[in-house]
Amino acid sequence: MTDIFSDEPSTRYRLNRTRKLIRTSVHRLRPRRIGLRNRILLIFVIGALLLSSVLALVTYSFTRSNLVEQRVAAETNQAITNARRTQNDLLRSSTEVLLALDQGGAAHRMIYFENKWTSSSPLFSPQMIPPALLQRVQRDQKAATMIVDSLKGQALVVGIPLPRINAMYFEYDNLREVRDALQSVRLALALAAFTTTFVGIALGVFASRRAVRPLANAAQAARAIADGRLETRLEPTDDPDMQALTSAFNDMVATLQERVERDARFTSDVSHELRSPLMTLAASVQVLESRRDDLPERSQAALDLLSSDVVRFQGLVEDLLEISRFDAGAIRLVLEPLSLFEFIKQAVSVSSLPRTEIRCDDIAALVAIQGDKRRLARVIANLIDNARIHSSGKPKIVIQLADEEPPATNVWIIVEDDGDGLIEGEFSKIFERFSRGGAAGRRTGTEGAGLGLALAREHVTLHRGRIWAENRTDGIRGARFIVELPIDTTPTSDEHTHE
Amino acid sequence: MTVGIRVLAVEDDERIRASVKLALEDEGWIVDEAASGEDAIAIFSKHPADVVLIDIMLPGIDGFELCRNIRKSSDVPIVMVTARADTHDVVAGLEAGADDYLTKPFAPKELAARIRALLRRVRPSKPGHSKLVFGNLEIIPDEGKVLLDNSEVELTKTEFRLLCELANDPGGVFSRELLLDKVWGYGYFGDGRLVDVHIRRLRMKVETDPANPTHVVTVRGLGYRLQS
Repeated sequence: MTDIFSDEPSTRYRLNRTRKLIRTSVHRLRPRRIGLRNRILLIFVIGALLLSSVLALVTYSFTRSNLVEQRVAAETNQAITNARRTQNDLLRSSTEVLLALDQGGAAHRMIYFENKWTSSSPLFSPQMIPPALLQRVQRDQKAATMIVDSLKGQALVVGIPLPRINAMYFEYDNLREVRDALQSVRLALALAAFTTTFVGIALGVFASRRAVRPLANAAQAARAIADGRLETRLEPTDDPDMQALTSAFNDMVATLQERVERDARFTSDVSHELRSPLMTLAASVQVLESRRDDLPERSQAALDLLSSDVVRFQGLVEDLLEISRFDAGAIRLVLEPLSLFEFIKQAVSVSSLPRTEIRCDDIAALVAIQGDKRRLARVIANLIDNARIHSSGKPKIVIQLADEEPPATNVWIIVEDDGDGLIEGEFSKIFERFSRGGAAGRRTGTEGAGLGLALAREHVTLHRGRIWAENRTDGIRGARFIVELPIDTTPTSDEHTHE
Repeated sequence: MTVGIRVLAVEDDERIRASVKLALEDEGWIVDEAASGEDAIAIFSKHPADVVLIDIMLPGIDGFELCRNIRKSSDVPIVMVTARADTHDVVAGLEAGADDYLTKPFAPKELAARIRALLRRVRPSKPGHSKLVFGNLEIIPDEGKVLLDNSEVELTKTEFRLLCELANDPGGVFSRELLLDKVWGYGYFGDGRLVDVHIRRLRMKVETDPANPTHVVTVRGLGYRLQS
C-alpha cells in the first residue's frame, strides 16, 4: 500500500504540483471574472431554480402525504367492511373460504382460517405481511395498517382480526392509483419548475441588459471623449440610481473640457502676447543689422547672436501657435489641387536645403493631391530640417505610389537621410512634442524647438494622411520618414477659383 | 523710384509702431504714425500716403472699418496685418478693400518688399496704344482710366494693375500663380485668395452683370482671361 503522505520526494512534488493546479483553477473560477451582466443573469437563474424547486418539492410532499392518507383511510374502511362480510360468510359455511374471499374490491385478500392461509391472488403471500403487523393482529387482536416497500413502490397492508371465527383477515393494496396520481403531480410540478426557471432566465437576460445599458452608454461616451470629442455628455436621466453616475460623469467631462481648453487658450494667449514684443525685436534688430558695419567687432558678434535667436524665437512662437490651434481644433486648411511633383520641387526650393535631390518616376509625377500648400511645405521643410540636423550628409526625397497594384489611392513622399538612424522603439516617440531625439543618440542641436515633427504629424493627419519613421532597409545606414497622402482623383475642378 | 514713399502705419502698439517706423525710414521712406482708426482718418486727410499699413486689431473703429472708410475716398494700396493666415480675417480684410496682407510677426524687409510690389507701375506693354477696347469696356492706360459704357469706373491701384496685366494678352489665360507673381510679386507659395478676391472686386466694377461676367472670365481649372 502506498502512503501518499510519505516523505518520498517525487510524491511530495506531485502533491505540491496538484495543490498549485487546484489553486490556479480555483483562482480562475473566481466570480470576479464574471461580468456584471452575467452576474445578474446568474442570480436570476439560481433564484428562479431554487424557488421553483423548493416550491415543487413542498407541494409534492404535501400532496403525496395527503393522497396516501386519504387512500389509507378509504382502504381501511373498505377492508373492515370486507372483513365483516367474509366473517359472516364463513360463519354460515366454513368450507367456501376462497369463494368468500373472492367478493368485491380490487385489493388482494388473504385469510388465516383454521390454521391455513388462503389468498385470493398469487401476488399476495403470507411472507409479504410484515411480522410487526402480524404480531399486532394475532397477539393483540387489533386491526392495524402498515405501509410497506415493495418492488413496485409502496403498498398498503391492512390486518383485521376476526375473533368470532378465530381468524385473521389481510388486504394488500399496491396503491397504484396514488402512484399514478403522484406521477401526474410530479410531471406537472417539474414542468412548472422548468417553466419558472426559463422565465427566470428570460427575466435575467432582460434585467441584465437593462442594468448594463447605462454602463454601455457611459463607455461609449468615454471613448468619444478619449477620441477628443470633449463636448460629449451623457444624457440626463430621471433614474435616481443612474443620476449620480450621470451627473458625476458629466461634471468630470466638463472639468476636463474646461482644463483642456484653458491649456490650449493659455498656449495661444502666451504666443499671441509674445508676438508683439517679437515684432518690435525683429524690426529693431533689422535696423541694427543695416548699420552692422558701423559697430565695433564685439557688438557685431552680439548682434549676430541676437538676430539669429530672434529668428529662432519667431519660429518657436509660430510653432507653438500652430500647435495650440491644433489643440483648439481651430485649424482651417486652405485646400487646393496641387501637382505633387511641382509642389515638392517648390517646397524644397524654399527649405533649408534647396538643392535636395528629388526622385520621382513618370507615374508618380502625374499625381495630384488636395492640399494646403503652405502647411504641407512646412511638413517638407521640417522633415528636411530634421534630416539636416540629425545626419551629416544630404537627404534625398523620393515620390512614389503607395500601392503597387493600380488603382493607387495613396502616394508616398519619402525623406531619406544617411545619419545614424533611429533607435528601435523611438519610431513614434520622435513625433512627440519637444522630443529632440536626444535619447535616440542623435545630436541635440541648437536648432529646432522639437516641435517640427509633432507639427508635421498634425498637418499630415489633417490632410487625412499618415506619417511614420523607420530605418532604411536598403543597406545604407539612416532613417526614412514617410508621408502618405491620399491622391486627388477628382478631375480638375475650378473650385479654387471661387466662381 | 521708391524713394520718398509716404507710409501711414496704423498700429496701436507704440513700440511696434516705433520700430517699424525706424526700419521703414531706413528704406528712405517717410512714415506717419497713427495709434487708432480715428487718428488715421485725420492724418490721412491731411497727408495722403502712398501706402497704408493697418493692423486689423485696433481699439475703436477696427481695421476692416478703417479700410472701407479709406476706400471711400482713395485708391491707395492698403496692406493689412492679421494675426493668422487661415482665418476669415484675411478674406474679410481683402473684401473690405485691402490689397495684401501680412501676419504678425513679420520682418520689415518683407513689408518693404510687399509695398514695393504694390507700387510697381504696370502698363500694357504694347506702345502706341492709347486705348484698349473690350466691347463696352475701355482702358486708357496712360491716364489710368477705365470706362464702362463710356462712364468712368473707380478702380483701386491694384485692381487697375490686375486689369492691365490681363489686358496685356487679350484672350490669353493667366493662372493664379502668374497673376500673383505679376501683380503682387509672390512666388509659388503666394495666397491664391488674393487673386480670387481681387477678381471678384474687379468684376463688381467692370461687369454689367457681375454674377455673369463677360469680360473677366474664369477658365476652368486654369485661371482667368480678359475678353470682349
